[in-house]
Amino acid sequence: MTQTTSAIRLQRATKVFPAAGGGTFTAMREVTLDVAPGEFVTVVGPTGCGKSTTLALISGLEPASAGEVAVAGTPVTGIPGNVGYMFQQDATLPWRTVVDNVALGLRYRGVPKAEARERAQEWVDRVGLRGFEKYYPHQLSGGMRKRVAMAQTLITEPQILLLDEPFGALDVQTRELMQAELLRLWAGTGAAVVFVTHDLTEAIALADRVVVMTAAPATIKSIVPVTLPRPRDVEAIRLDPAFLDLYREVWDSLREEVEIARERGARRG
Amino acid sequence: MADVGIAMVDNRPAEITLQPLKERRWRVYAGRLVLVALWLGSWEVAGTYWIDPFFYSKPSLIWQKLVDWFTEGTSYGSIWLQISYTLQEAVYGFALGAIVGVVLGVVLGRSRFLSDVLAPFIKAANAIPRIVLASLFVIWFGFGMSSKVATAFVLVFFGVFFNAFQGAREVPKVIDDNSRILGASRLQMMRTVVLPSATSWILASLHTAFGFALIGAIVGEYTGADKGLGMLIAHSQGTFDSAGIYAAMIIMTALALLAEAVLTLVERRLTRWQPR
Repeated sequence: MTQTTSAIRLQRATKVFPAAGGGTFTAMREVTLDVAPGEFVTVVGPTGCGKSTTLALISGLEPASAGEVAVAGTPVTGIPGNVGYMFQQDATLPWRTVVDNVALGLRYRGVPKAEARERAQEWVDRVGLRGFEKYYPHQLSGGMRKRVAMAQTLITEPQILLLDEPFGALDVQTRELMQAELLRLWAGTGAAVVFVTHDLTEAIALADRVVVMTAAPATIKSIVPVTLPRPRDVEAIRLDPAFLDLYREVWDSLREEVEIARERGARRG
Repeated sequence: MADVGIAMVDNRPAEITLQPLKERRWRVYAGRLVLVALWLGSWEVAGTYWIDPFFYSKPSLIWQKLVDWFTEGTSYGSIWLQISYTLQEAVYGFALGAIVGVVLGVVLGRSRFLSDVLAPFIKAANAIPRIVLASLFVIWFGFGMSSKVATAFVLVFFGVFFNAFQGAREVPKVIDDNSRILGASRLQMMRTVVLPSATSWILASLHTAFGFALIGAIVGEYTGADKGLGMLIAHSQGTFDSAGIYAAMIIMTALALLAEAVLTLVERRLTRWQPR
């Protein structure tokens, strides 16, 4: 190979859903995007624009209606084995303890129970939940459950990491803490990340590139490269003048789309 | 770590609330005792002075009947033999109905195609007054145990089936997606996600299902049998022995309550993960 393969490649990817009234609803139109191995891409856009559809296509949970989706050079037909996905809602199994939840991916892949437990315990320690391994999810706080989800996702060492507003439901302080944790755990893994969020600060603080989407149907409006040096301190970086310039650039691009989405919402309501 | 902390804080002053609670509980028990005494007492008095105990019986006669059965046995052999017969029929019918109901319910709950194809047939089968099948089963399987097991089975099956079906349908989409991403095969999905998720639904149905199994066994015996509590009732009816009907009823109630207690224990064990 003379040229490195993209970790993720979307070629004019389009997704059409059947609408409730019998027609169709285009969630995403002709999105073309390449993500390199080890690159961190965040996706922002107005509420309900179809940002998450991008992740559904890459993960293979939903097939593309038109265009191509490839992961590590292979077209996506089912769920690729090297993908990790963190959801906005709680997706841990309520009937499993913390350590068994973390071990799930390994158990599904046929790793023997004792070994899976041992490796899960390492991850429990790594996300700072030592001492809580025997707890059930309902006994934990929202932030702790996110840590479980993070360990559960990362234990299979995915080369593609998809995150759908994973920290959206957390309070501001916990959210910043989790952002820092994510960067710490991701650093050096070489995983390509697509992180969907509606929080511009989060988008810029984490990313190598910020992708701005249009109001539905989602298309790529602009891509803003973030040249801030790594490793980053997600709390301090917001005061950096370069950060403010980036914020203004992304916001200028996004503002129009937000207004369009708002107008539509107002007309519908 | 900032987000670790699960302590519950209870600021209520303990001495003020605890005492009345305990006292209240005794008053509830006392109230129940008074109710039972009033009920049985008035029945006994009425049966002695105003109404004919031949038709309506009275508590002392029923008690005498129970003592007779347990000390001297019934006219068809030891009471324990009858109890064990009925109980076996109910337990076999319950176990078979529960297993088949859970398996079919979960499989159909996960397969939209199969459930769409079978839906009208299942609805029709459920609409049949299933007690009538007891007569058919006596013709097919004879007076022995198997016809009663079959009746208990059809009564148990549908309740469990519909709950398992609903439970399998109600797996949250995000949990389903997450497990698929983590690499679960169809079978692993069933075992680790669908079944545990449907557990509360299934367990809820099992509580009523054992009652149905007992009804099935007894109606089966009533229809035609040579042993069992239902046969005792049919025989008591034939000889105008109203005390015998009441006595058998009391034994059956005790059995049902006992089974309920066992099921509650099992349920506790299986749903340890749920918040209480």
